Formats: sequence, C-alpha cells, structure tokens
Amino acid sequence: MHEQNILALADDLRTRRYSSVELTRHYLERIARLNPDLNAFITVAAEPALAAAGRADAALAAGTAGPLTGIPIAHKDIFCTQGLRTSCGSRMLDNFIAPYDATVVERLAAAGAVVLGKTNMDEFAMGSSNETSWYGPVKNPWDHTRVPGGSSGGSAAAVAARLCAAATGTDTGGSIRQPAALCGITGIKPTYGRCSRWGMIAFASSLDQAGPMARSAADAALMLQAMAGFDPRDSTSIDTPVPDYTAGLNQDLAGLRIGLPKEYFGDGLDARTAASIDGAIREYERLGARVSEISLPNSPLSVPVYYVVAPAECSSNLARFDGVRYGHRCEAPRDLEDLYQRSRAEGFGPEVQRRIMIGTYVLSAGYYDAYYLKAQKIRHLIAEDFKRAFTQVDVIMGPSSPTTAFPIGAKRDDPVAMYLSDIYTIATNLAGLPGMSIPVAPVDGLPVGLQIIGNYFEEGRLLNVAHRLQEETHWHCAVPTGCA
Amino acid sequence: MQWETVIGLEIHTQLATQSKIFSGAPTRFGAEPNTQACAIDLGLPGVLPVLNAEAVRLAVRFGKAIAAEVAERSVFARKNYFYPDLPKGYQISQYEFPIVGEGRVEIVLDDGTVKEIGVTRAHLEEDAGKSLHEDFHGLTGIDLNRAGTPLLEIVSEPDMRSSQEAVAYARKVHQIVRWIGISDGNMQEGSFRVDANVSVRPLGTATFGTRAEIKNINSFRFLERAIQFEVERQIDLLEAGGRVVQETRLYDPDRDETRTMRTKEEANDYRYFPDPDLLPVEVDAALIAAATADLPELPDAMRERFREDYGLGEYDANLLTASRDLAGYFETVAQTSAEPKLAANWISGDLAAALNKAGLEITASPVTAPQLAGMIRRIKDGTISGKIAKQVFESLWNGGGDADTVIETQGLRQITDTGAIETLIDTIIAANPGQVEQYRAGKDKVFGFFVGQVMKQSQGKANPQQVNDLLKQKLAGG
Repeated sequence: MHEQNILALADDLRTRRYSSVELTRHYLERIARLNPDLNAFITVAAEPALAAAGRADAALAAGTAGPLTGIPIAHKDIFCTQGLRTSCGSRMLDNFIAPYDATVVERLAAAGAVVLGKTNMDEFAMGSSNETSWYGPVKNPWDHTRVPGGSSGGSAAAVAARLCAAATGTDTGGSIRQPAALCGITGIKPTYGRCSRWGMIAFASSLDQAGPMARSAADAALMLQAMAGFDPRDSTSIDTPVPDYTAGLNQDLAGLRIGLPKEYFGDGLDARTAASIDGAIREYERLGARVSEISLPNSPLSVPVYYVVAPAECSSNLARFDGVRYGHRCEAPRDLEDLYQRSRAEGFGPEVQRRIMIGTYVLSAGYYDAYYLKAQKIRHLIAEDFKRAFTQVDVIMGPSSPTTAFPIGAKRDDPVAMYLSDIYTIATNLAGLPGMSIPVAPVDGLPVGLQIIGNYFEEGRLLNVAHRLQEETHWHCAVPTGCA
Repeated sequence: MQWETVIGLEIHTQLATQSKIFSGAPTRFGAEPNTQACAIDLGLPGVLPVLNAEAVRLAVRFGKAIAAEVAERSVFARKNYFYPDLPKGYQISQYEFPIVGEGRVEIVLDDGTVKEIGVTRAHLEEDAGKSLHEDFHGLTGIDLNRAGTPLLEIVSEPDMRSSQEAVAYARKVHQIVRWIGISDGNMQEGSFRVDANVSVRPLGTATFGTRAEIKNINSFRFLERAIQFEVERQIDLLEAGGRVVQETRLYDPDRDETRTMRTKEEANDYRYFPDPDLLPVEVDAALIAAATADLPELPDAMRERFREDYGLGEYDANLLTASRDLAGYFETVAQTSAEPKLAANWISGDLAAALNKAGLEITASPVTAPQLAGMIRRIKDGTISGKIAKQVFESLWNGGGDADTVIETQGLRQITDTGAIETLIDTIIAANPGQVEQYRAGKDKVFGFFVGQVMKQSQGKANPQQVNDLLKQKLAGG
C-alpha cells in the first residue's frame, strides 16, 4: 500500500480494496519499524489517527469522500494541532499542546486526511539540515549518515521513506524545497499569502509559507488544493480563487519559456549537480519548451538580506516564549530577570539564540537604518529582478540546492556554510513568489532537486510543468533502499 | 529667576469597541481575571492579529473632530520589550505612520480667553494586561483581560504653560472623546489615562528644559497636583544649582509627590519595526465619510453658537457645552422657555449644585428640561418671583410634577393685584405708626422694614416691584 501515490490510494479506498484503518495501521507499522532510526517523527499519534481513519471509512462508505479522505499524512511540528503536542522542534515547547488547529491542519482534516503524527524539524524552522532540532537530527533515508535538509527535514524524510503518503512543510528561505531536493521528493512553496499562516508557529512572518511535500506533482496538487485559500484569521492571506490544480496538470508545454538565471549556475554549484539539472532542462526542451539565459542581478544579495530580515522578525516573534504563560520555565527563578534569562537560555538551542541576537542587533537604535531598512530596500530590488524576468519567461529553473545531502555534522559549526545551502531558494521567499523542487537524476545515489520558480499565484503552472516531466521520466519514483 | 513651565500630554483613551483591537474577545470591564482573553490576547504560538474595523472608524472620527489630517495609509509597528503582562513580548502600536496627523483643540481658560493646543498625532495601539501584586505572597498575578484593548494615544505639542492649562486640555480631550462617542472616558476604570511631559525653563528662553515624564495619571485632580509638584521639584533643583534628569516618574497621590520610575539609561530600546502580520491601514474618502456622517456638532462650534444664538458669555457657553447631554438639556430649556440667560443661570446654578450634591449626571436629573423650562416661563411671565422659584424648583426636584401644578397646589402664584397689595400696605402702615414717623423723618432704612412686612404677610408672593412702588407712594403720600 505504501508504494502507491495518493490518487491510487484514493481509488483503492473507494473500491474498498482496503480500508483507511488498514492503510493507517500499515503506515503506523512502518513508522514503528523505520522511524527509530530515521527520527523523522517527533510525535506519532496512533490512536487519533486510527479514529480519524475510522471516520474516513464511514465517509467512504457513505459516498461523501473526497480525494484525500482516509489518506495518511503527517504535519510538520510547526503547525498547531489541537490536543496533540506542537513542539516546533524546541525544548521550549516540549510541553506545549495547542488549544486550536492551524488553518492548514483544519482544512486537511476537513478534506478527510488522516494525521499519523508530527514530523521533526529544525528548531523553530531555523536550519537547513534538521540538526538544530531538540529531538535530534533526522537521517536522510538515502544515506543515514547524511542530513535530510531542513527545516522541513522530518517531513521530507517521512515522505521519502514512505512513512506517510504526503506531509506538510513550511518554507521561509527554502525549508520545503531544499529538503525535498535532498530527499528526492516533490515540494512546493506557494505564493506568500496563498496558504493561511494561522496556527503555524511564526519564524519570519513576512517570509513563512506552508506547502505540501509529496511523492509527485500530482499528489502535491491534491494536497495544495486542500491547503490553499483565503483565511480571514490571517491578514496577509490573499483572497483570490484557488484554481483546480489537478485539472491543469496535463497542459502541453510546447512553447513554454524557461529562463535560466546565470547567477544560479555560477561558482559554488557542484558540477555534477549542474549536469543533472542540465539533463532535466534538456527533457523540457524535448517537450517543446524554449530555454534562454536570464539574469537576476541582485540575487547574490539574497542571503545577506535574508539574514537581516528573518532574524529581525524572529527576534520579535520568539519574544513570547518567556517562561511566563506556557512552554519551558526554568527551575526556581530568583526574580523576573532570572526567569526570562534562564527560561530562554535553556529553552532555545544555539542556532535560535544566534538568530535572536542577530535580529535584536539589526533592529537596535542606530543600526535599524543600516541593516533592516537597507535590507528591505534590497528585498524590493530582488522582487523587481523577478518581475522583469517574468516579462521574458514563464518559469525560471535552476538547482534547488548547490550540493546533494551533506554528512551529518559537516556544517554544524560553520553557520555561514550552512546558510549558503539556501542560496538558490531564499530569493523567492524575499519576493513572495511560488517555488517548487522536483527530483531529477541523482548523483552518486543521492537525490538532486530541480527548482522551478513561477510568477505570483502560478502554482498551477508549476505543478503542470513538474507533472509533465514526471510523466516522461521516473526520477521521482526512486525509493531509498530499505524503504521500498 | 522667573521660570516658565512647559507641558505636553500623551493621553491614552480606550476606544468604545465591543471587541479587542486584534481579536474577537470582549472588552467589558470588571470580569474575572483572564476570562476575557482569547488565544490571540494570550500570545499563544501561531496566532495572528486581525484589525478591528470599528477601532479604525473611531480613530477617524477623532481625527476629523480635531481638524486633523487622517492618514490614507498608516502602519502598525511592533514595540518590543519584555514584561509579564505583555504576552507577545511586543506591543502592536503605530510608530512612523500614525492614523491621525496634526490637529488642534481649543481650551477656555478661567479668565474666558481661548487658547489653541496643538495635537501632534494620534495613533492606534493595543493595551497590555495588568500585573496584580496584591493577594499573591511573593508572587505576581497576571490578568490579561485588558490585553489587546484598543487605545487611541493622543499626543499633544508642548503647548501648555501651567498645570491649569494642562488640566483644561485634558478635560477638553476627555470632552471630545465622549462627545463623539469614541470612548466612555471612564477614568476610574482606566479608559482615560494621562502621561505628562513636564519641564521648566527661564522665562523668555526659546529652548526647552530637560523633561520628566509622569506616567499613568488617572484623574484631573492628580494631573494638576502631579504637575505642580513636579514643577516645584524641578525649579528647586535648578535653583539649587542642580540638573533635571530625563526620566520617567510616577505620581503617588497618597504622598502627593512624584518619584523616579526609571531613568533614560534604563529605558528600553523598543526596536520598532513594521508588524509583518498586519497590512497597512488604508483609509479612503468613503471610509471617512461613513465614519463621520453622524458626527454631531462639535463642542467648540456649539460653544460659539451658544454665544451667538443665546447671548451667553464665553464662560457660561463653555460650561454648558461640557458634555453633549448637558448642552442638549440647556438647549431644550432655552428654546422651550425662550429665556436662554435664565436657563443658563438655573442650570449652572441651582440645578448643577443639586446634581452635584446628589452625585447625579444631567441625564439622571429629577428635574427634566421641560419642567425647568416650564418654571422659567412662570418666572418670566411674573406668575412667580425668582425667590419663590427656588421653592418651586425644590418641589420639582422632589417629584412634585410640572411647575404649574406645583404653583397651583402650593398657592405660590405671585400677587400682582394692585388692590390686594394696597390693602396689605394700608394695614401695615396703620399698624406701625412709629416706623412711618421715622421714615418720614428721613430714615430711609425703615423702608426695608415695610417691604419685609409686606412680603411676610403675603408669604413672599407679592410682586416685589409692585410692593416697592406702592409702598413709596403710600409712605410719601401719607
């Protein structure tokens, strides 16, 4: 059953080849067997999952089922789930149980999806390797000595290892696309405002966006269909209709204009990764696309801009974790100052503390203009680059990550090297554009991700472009050894 | 040395919305701690603010009421600092781009002169919660009912030169916010709080002295006392060769003094930046029109009109426009009785005193406006004298019905029948030959005795003018 994609599973459930309870039990067994080593899940919710599966079976029997009814999925542990711990990968929230569901969680539940549990992640989504999690690193299913990428590394690994049919992720600077690339799965970060941020624990509010991580573009389309849409509880959610993503998957790509930014193929890109990307581009040419080189001249500035904007917002967003109302509180505080200092020093790991300090610094009196304000101006220029590019091309393609999965521990002590893992993905967050990563030809048995960037609200086009390639190739069908 | 006081005020007024500025939780006062705080007010992870449109509407009303520019685009910013009653670790406020720009209000000083006070800006923000230090041994309780309550912070120019002016300005703002219905202005419940920036400088200098900010004053009397204390403290300090330190101070009403709360060095760096969870607030002409369509005649305009239409002085006009209810009461009485001056005198005199004594608002006055007007009409047409009117007023206050009923049932009608008064006078002259003798011998003082006798015999009902005239005739004519 776990080898099936969502459409096939839905068919089997509808035709009663097996029930959702059986399917859920099967996945729970796989998790019990494979997760102790992979560490992709922080919390497994067996009982609620089986209960939801039972309800799904009732809906299937009653004929009221939708395409996701009874499909076992997992949520990144950044999404609040009522009654089920939401840790955000942090000791700070190890004891936190939200009294509400995130909108994305609510919508997938309404669509009938069954939640198997909550997936591991970099602490507060700050990291590119899943090594900053309080719950320990996640292992890459393709090579257990390597990282799965981050911050949605648990979701990526869980999908790659077939521990769930699909999962949710969030992407602030590449946190869906980079782990999707490193784990060989399909992930899409929608346009900023496409999915509600309500109930999604904020890292950098102006960049955070939820999206699906799945085995194929077709599965991602089904997931995104349920997740997307306006939510009055999120003021930055955009009230524009959600198209039928599945209906648009098969459009012909003849005449599609693909732009390759020269900045994405320069120094720092692993040569064999580049070759793999080239192979995929040639497939698109074969499908009738026209390829041209473009320039995003300000993109080299995206990493420094990101590491001003994101820490600035996170320093403020994480101020609520103060040990007063919920979350970690230090033992026997002497006074208020001590309560704050020790609760936060104990509750947050070093990477989170580093970003809070950077953010506090760049917002300080006397530095605000030089850092935050300047970063916002460059952010605008980066968005202008894309705007110009999209007058010439329909989609932009390049690598999702400069390298394949690196060994656990390799970059742990070099934050700048770690930050450069997101060099190709960050600019789209700064511009608010949708971006996607799909598997292409592996290098040394490790997955490589092709990034596809579209114009605002063109998730449908990205899914279509990805799907057409997946119809022609089988890169996305590869399964890690031991997970088949 | 002669010193000049310079004062600017920051007034936090709670907007009269049903729910909080960024959540749907109710704003009702006095509920059990933490029963009016939802996940958003508690700052739980993953929650997001959504702006309450009514708060924007009320801010727009205020902007228009003080002739200020309402910003087409204003921006919410985060003011970051740690405090246990600040759940998110930041307060959502407006910083660089407030919703209301420069405006002005007029205050009337005790001598009747009018002074204009500049308003720098007014911005929307959320209130914090409350720390409860009592009832917890060695601990602090946190009540977040107030967290997220919508506030309009109204910042003045440093235009006030005395504690009296500061109080007059604060009262004026208080009058306006209640007048246009954007706040209940309840100071006991914290719906109207004042921070005073106070400095002194040698009279005639142009630069400002170093200021101290006195925080969270919740009564006009305390405002006056706090400023007076602070001004004296600063002058004493400077005259002794000292220096005023820029700091935040608290006024302690029990000891009638201000005390250091924190110095500039201890001040927070608030690290303001635009709140990425909220879009800029856009206010267009249609929104302004809708928000101000039912804006009532404003107090300054009404004060001017009272002066012109009813011939009132600046002082009376100002007094009678203290609130919309009072002004409305006056207008009813003035128009129904057609005697605006008498109406003004009675309302600001006997009625105000009686209400004050009974602790009642004008809306709860036992004497209704038509009743008072009815009585004034009877004064005007001579049915009763001003003196008898006090008796009538008391009966009206005690629920005696309308003025005519009181006058009839208690027989208070003035005696204007010349014959009747003459008969009375004749009897009194006849009974007091000695006094008549004295009067005729030139002792004019005795005249008062005769007036008194006539009034006494008539139980105060004889028309005093007629009594005067007839007495003079009779005594002279002898």
